[in-house]
Amino acid sequence: MSRLAELRELTRVRVYAFLREPEAVFWVFVFPLVLAVVLGLAFRSARPAPSLVAVAPGEGSAALVEALGASDGLEVEPFQTEDAMRVALRRGAIDAIVEPAPGGGEPILHIDTTRTEGETARLRIVEALAAARGAPLPEPVVREQTEKGSRYIDFLFPGLIGMNLMGTGMWGIGFALADTRQKKLLRRMLVTPMRRGSFFLSFMLSRLVFLTLELAIVAGFGAWVLGVPFRGTLVAFALVSTLGALTFAGLGVLTVSRARTIEGASGLMNFVMMPMWLASGVFFSYERFPDVTIPFIKLLPLTALNDALRNVMLDGASVVGQGRELLILAVWGAVSFLVAVRIFRWE
Amino acid sequence: MGQAVDNLSGVAPPLLDAGPAVRVRGLVKRFGEVTAVAGVDFEVHRGTCLGLLGPNGAGKTTTVEMLEGLTEPDEGEVEILGLTWRRDAREIRERIGAQLQESKFPDKLRVREVLRLFRSFFRDGADIDEALETVGLAEKRDAYVKTLSGGQKQRLSIGVALLNNPEIVFLDEPTTGLDPQARRRVWEIVERVKAAGGTVLLTTHYMEEAERLADDLIIMDHGRVIARGTPAAIIATLNAESVVQFSLGAGAGRALTEEDLLALDGVNAIRREGASVVLTVRHAHEVISGLFALIEARGLALEDLRTHRPTLEDVFVSLTGKSLRDE
Ligand SMILES: Nc1ncnc2c1ncn2[C@@H]1O[C@H](COP(=O)(O)OP(=O)(O)OP(=O)(O)O)[C@@H](O)[C@H]1O
Ligand SMILES: [Mg+2]
Repeated sequence: MSRLAELRELTRVRVYAFLREPEAVFWVFVFPLVLAVVLGLAFRSARPAPSLVAVAPGEGSAALVEALGASDGLEVEPFQTEDAMRVALRRGAIDAIVEPAPGGGEPILHIDTTRTEGETARLRIVEALAAARGAPLPEPVVREQTEKGSRYIDFLFPGLIGMNLMGTGMWGIGFALADTRQKKLLRRMLVTPMRRGSFFLSFMLSRLVFLTLELAIVAGFGAWVLGVPFRGTLVAFALVSTLGALTFAGLGVLTVSRARTIEGASGLMNFVMMPMWLASGVFFSYERFPDVTIPFIKLLPLTALNDALRNVMLDGASVVGQGRELLILAVWGAVSFLVAVRIFRWE
Repeated sequence: MGQAVDNLSGVAPPLLDAGPAVRVRGLVKRFGEVTAVAGVDFEVHRGTCLGLLGPNGAGKTTTVEMLEGLTEPDEGEVEILGLTWRRDAREIRERIGAQLQESKFPDKLRVREVLRLFRSFFRDGADIDEALETVGLAEKRDAYVKTLSGGQKQRLSIGVALLNNPEIVFLDEPTTGLDPQARRRVWEIVERVKAAGGTVLLTTHYMEEAERLADDLIIMDHGRVIARGTPAAIIATLNAESVVQFSLGAGAGRALTEEDLLALDGVNAIRREGASVVLTVRHAHEVISGLFALIEARGLALEDLRTHRPTLEDVFVSLTGKSLRDE
C-alpha cells in the first residue's frame, strides 16, 4: 500500500486509542475548562474583598469598632479572646488587629507586612480613622480601569492554553509511545516494512487532529463564557498554537525515547514539565523571578508559547512580531524530534 | 477444492527456481556472559515446515529473531529467500510474516483495526476479510482486542503475520499457554498454510505439535543444535522400538539396580523419573517377561507398567537428561 495509507492508518489508530481512553479525554478537554471556571470564579469580583480586622479589648475599643465599621473597605470580626485574634492573624484569617492605645493616643496596628492584604488593611484603617476624626485624607481622582483584557482571568487564560498544549502533547505522546514499547508492539512493527518516519509522523499528525478540537473547545469556552479577548487574528492564534503543539510533541517523543516502562516515562515527563509549570508564567508573571534568571526563563518553550499567545490574544499582535518566540519554539521542537529519532529505543 | 484452500491460506506458493527459503551459517549471539546461540547452521526448504524444539532458554527466540532481522547476529550469516538483511532489509520484510513470542496488540483497538493497520504497511497482500476468514475470527471482526480469549489473540497474531501472503512465516511458540482445543485450531491454520505451499518456521515446547506440523526438526539446547532430521529419523536414533515405564510399590525404592536392568536382554538405556523407571528397549516382549521374572525372583510387587512407542520427548530426555518443559 502507499506511504499515505500507512500514515493514515497509523494516525487513525492513534486517534482511536486516545478517544477510547476516558481519562485522557478528561485531562485534555475537560480539565482545562474546570480549571478556567474555578479560577475565573475565584478572581471574578470587580473590586477586592474588604479587609478583615479585629479590635483588641481595652479602653476605647468600642469607639474603634464603630469608626472602623463605618468604612466600606473594612469588616470588623468579633473575637472572644485576644489569643484567638493572634492565631487568626497568624493564619491569615484576618488581616489586622487594632489595639486601642492606653490614654487615648493613636491605636497600635498589628499586621503582617509581607502580605499585600496587610498593607491594604493598613491604608484602609488609616483612612477610616481620619474620617471618624472628621478630617478625611485628601483623595486623588480615581478613574476605574475595567477594560476587557486587564483582569486576572485574561492574563491566566492564554497561560492555561499554553499549559494544556504542553500537557497534552507530552502526556498524549509519551504514554502512547511507552505503552507501545512496553507491549513489544514496536518490535512487532519492525518486522514489517513500516517506515519509521511514518511512525513518528503519525504521532505529530494525531496531535494536530486533537489540537483542532482542543483549541475549539477551550478557546471557545474562554471567549464566550469567560469573555476573554481574542484581539489577534485567528490565523495568528492557530499558527502559534500549532507550532506550540508540535514543539511539545517533539519534546514528548524525546522524553520517552529511551524509557522502558510507563512508570519511567511518566517520571521523566514530570521532571521535564515541572520547571515550566512553575517558571513559564502560567499562573503569574515570570517577571517576579530574580532578574538574572529571566533570560533563561524566556528560553523555555512554554514561556515562549505563553508570551506569544498573550501577545496575540490580549494585544492583537501579528505573527511576524512573534519571531523570537516562534524561533525558540521551532528550535526546541526540531532539535528534540531529530535527537529523539536518533536515540529512539525500539526494543 | 484445492483452489479454495489456496485462497483461504493467505500464503504465496513457492517459487520454482529458488534455493532454500532460509539459510543459516555459524550463527552466534551473545548477551554479555550468556551465549544464547552458539553456532547454528540449518536450511529451511521452500514449502516445508521446520520445527525448532528446545527447553526454556535454549535460544529458539534469539535464533528466530536474528532471522527476522530484529536482532543483529554477532557472527554468522543469514540468508532469507536468497537475500541478506544488510542489503535487502525492506524487500525481506515485504515477503516474510512473523508472530513474536511476547508482543501484544492494543486493548482498545478492534480486531479489524489491527488488521487494517498492519495491512497498510505492506505493498501487497490479502484483504482483511480474507485474513479474518483464514484464522477463523470473522465473527470477532468488531470485537476489541481486550475481549478476545488467549486463543483468539494468538490467532489474531497469526492472522497479522499472514496479511502480506508471506513466502515464509515465523511462528514463535504459537500455542504456548493455550488449552488443547485452542491449540488444535492454531494447528489447523498452520496446516492450511502448509497445504498452500507456504514455508513455516515454528518454535515449540510441545513434542506433539512438532510431530504433527514439522517436516524437519531441529532440537536445540544451550544455544546448540543437538539433533536434526525428520521426526521419524530423530526418533530412530534412539534405536528403540518401545519405551517401557514401570514403578515398584512404595518403599521398594531402588530395589532394582541399573545393572540388574541392563542385564535384561534388549534394554538400551535406563533413566528414572521420580518413582518410576523408564527403559528404552528394542524388543518389548522379551524385556517385559524378563522384568516380571526378575521382580518375582526378588519378591517385589509391580505397581504400574506402561509401554509406548518412543516419542521426541524420549529422544530429548535421552539427549539432555532433562525434560522439555519446566513442569
Ligand atoms: N535481550 C537479552 N538480554 C540478555 N539475555 C538474553 C536476552 N535475550 C535472551 N537472553 C538469554 O539468552 C538465552 C536464550 O534465550 P531465548 O529467549 O532465545 O530462549 P528460548 O529458547 O526462546 O526460550 P523460551 O522457550 O523460554 O522462549 C537465555 O539464557 C536468555 O536468558
Ligand atoms: Mg522463546
